[in-house]
Amino acid sequence: MVEEAFGLRIEERLTVVASRDPSSGRAIERVFREEYGRLIATLVRRFGDIDLAEDAAGEALVAALEKWPGSGVPPNPGGWLTTTAANRAIDRLRREKLRDTKHRQAAEMYDDTPHGSTGPFDPGEDERLRLMFTCCHPALAPEARIALTLRLLGGLTVPEIAQAFLVPEATMGQRITRAKKKIAAAKIPYRVPEAADLPGRVATVLAVLFLVFNEGYLATGDGEPVRTELTAEAIRLARILHQLMPDEPEVTGLLALLLLTEARREARVRGGELVRLDDQDRGGWDRELIAEGHELVRRCLAINRPGRYQILAAINAVHTDAPTADTTDWSQVAALYDQLARLDPSPVVALNRAVAVAELDGPEVALAQVDGLVATAPVLASYHAFHATRADLLRRLGRSAEAREAYDAALAVCDNTAERAYLTRRRGELV
Amino acid sequence: MPHYLLAVHGSEEDYASIPEDEVQEMYAATGRFNDKVREAGIWVFAGGLEPAETATVVDGTGETPVVTDGPYLETKEHIGGFWIIDAPDLDAALTWAAEGSKACGGKVEVRPFQSEPA
Repeated sequence: MVEEAFGLRIEERLTVVASRDPSSGRAIERVFREEYGRLIATLVRRFGDIDLAEDAAGEALVAALEKWPGSGVPPNPGGWLTTTAANRAIDRLRREKLRDTKHRQAAEMYDDTPHGSTGPFDPGEDERLRLMFTCCHPALAPEARIALTLRLLGGLTVPEIAQAFLVPEATMGQRITRAKKKIAAAKIPYRVPEAADLPGRVATVLAVLFLVFNEGYLATGDGEPVRTELTAEAIRLARILHQLMPDEPEVTGLLALLLLTEARREARVRGGELVRLDDQDRGGWDRELIAEGHELVRRCLAINRPGRYQILAAINAVHTDAPTADTTDWSQVAALYDQLARLDPSPVVALNRAVAVAELDGPEVALAQVDGLVATAPVLASYHAFHATRADLLRRLGRSAEAREAYDAALAVCDNTAERAYLTRRRGELV
Repeated sequence: MPHYLLAVHGSEEDYASIPEDEVQEMYAATGRFNDKVREAGIWVFAGGLEPAETATVVDGTGETPVVTDGPYLETKEHIGGFWIIDAPDLDAALTWAAEGSKACGGKVEVRPFQSEPA
């Protein structure tokens, strides 16, 4: 497949340029990464073919790598890349004498007429939004949605995505190729869904971004406990989505949630070990991100159409609003979890609520609630946070033997290195 | 426009346990859905199938055709009927499939036909 070949070629070229001229190599790489999503989306819109768009984008990058180190990065690099890539695509279609067919297919796939007069978006909307809905289409497997979004909108290479999700490169390559084939064969459209379908489809896009962020924030496997390339990419894509859909409160809520979580990243791991919220050095929190997150939460409150991500963001706003752990407004946290439980009556939400209850009514009351949960939701037994929460409550109640068992149970199912380090130390400190 | 196969899958045992008046209502709802598909101008073909036990498999790949009784797949769930429609894209096909599924009371698999060579 051309894509794999060009993936390597691009990486190699970047390395060559970077070694000759480190600053321009980095600059070109940055421009390309920033412009990639828009470039692909524009080409897909024009030619109706993802493979062709990717090949043309790759050729444009090669051209940039040849030209820009000498001439400097042009004033409008995105425009330069788009024009160059479109010309390469037309050349190729002309060579393959497929141009008319492709253009006709593109016109069929890409419907420029606004859908229903009630559609909230005008036809001039950003093409990346259309591509996001295509990549996150419910007809694609969830893991394929994540991979395609990172590949086509994030501009990550197949090896990078494979590494991030700890799957072999060939597996990830096949997953992406298969998804692209389905998009083409089943004619998954490039467009923003109609108003009636929009809430459900936006939820699918948000779920993909949230999963990408979480895989970065709570990375599985033996490597780094936090993969900043994934958290950063999720935030970047969430910012684009928010910019494109400023009036969707759940989009605002997700961005706020990611920013308020990211703000605590530096303070959350010390010496390879997880630092719990109440032990974190709040001076190490990123105040700028917190201010931005709080502002977004206020905007959600003003719209007053609460949803899952908005409530999670509000909970994080309460935490980041407290100057010290002692001053946390736990009754507010518990109330927000109650609100969340009404939307999403999952045992995980109830578990998180119990943590707030421990602060309000003491560990004994919380433990009774936590123990009650597993009876109705046996699935919690395979969730490390369930055992970690129990272990902490038992420790606070001085029930060391039971706490030790709970720490062991948590360690048996915990897959993040920093959390494992934390649980191991806590277990060792039991008397 | 591309053609899509909307195939209804289900277990014949489950179907057999549905009370007669509900079955009649499903037929009526399916009839109304068929009318709607025709009115929308996307009808290519549709039909319900006799039970899978009436199926016969023919293997004509060898020198002489081999004929065997029974459906090709030994599963509990079989295709019970299908529509072929002409829809602009998958989203449109999925919307029709959802409505057809509700009418006939079965799960619907949506598959695109190969496009004709340009």
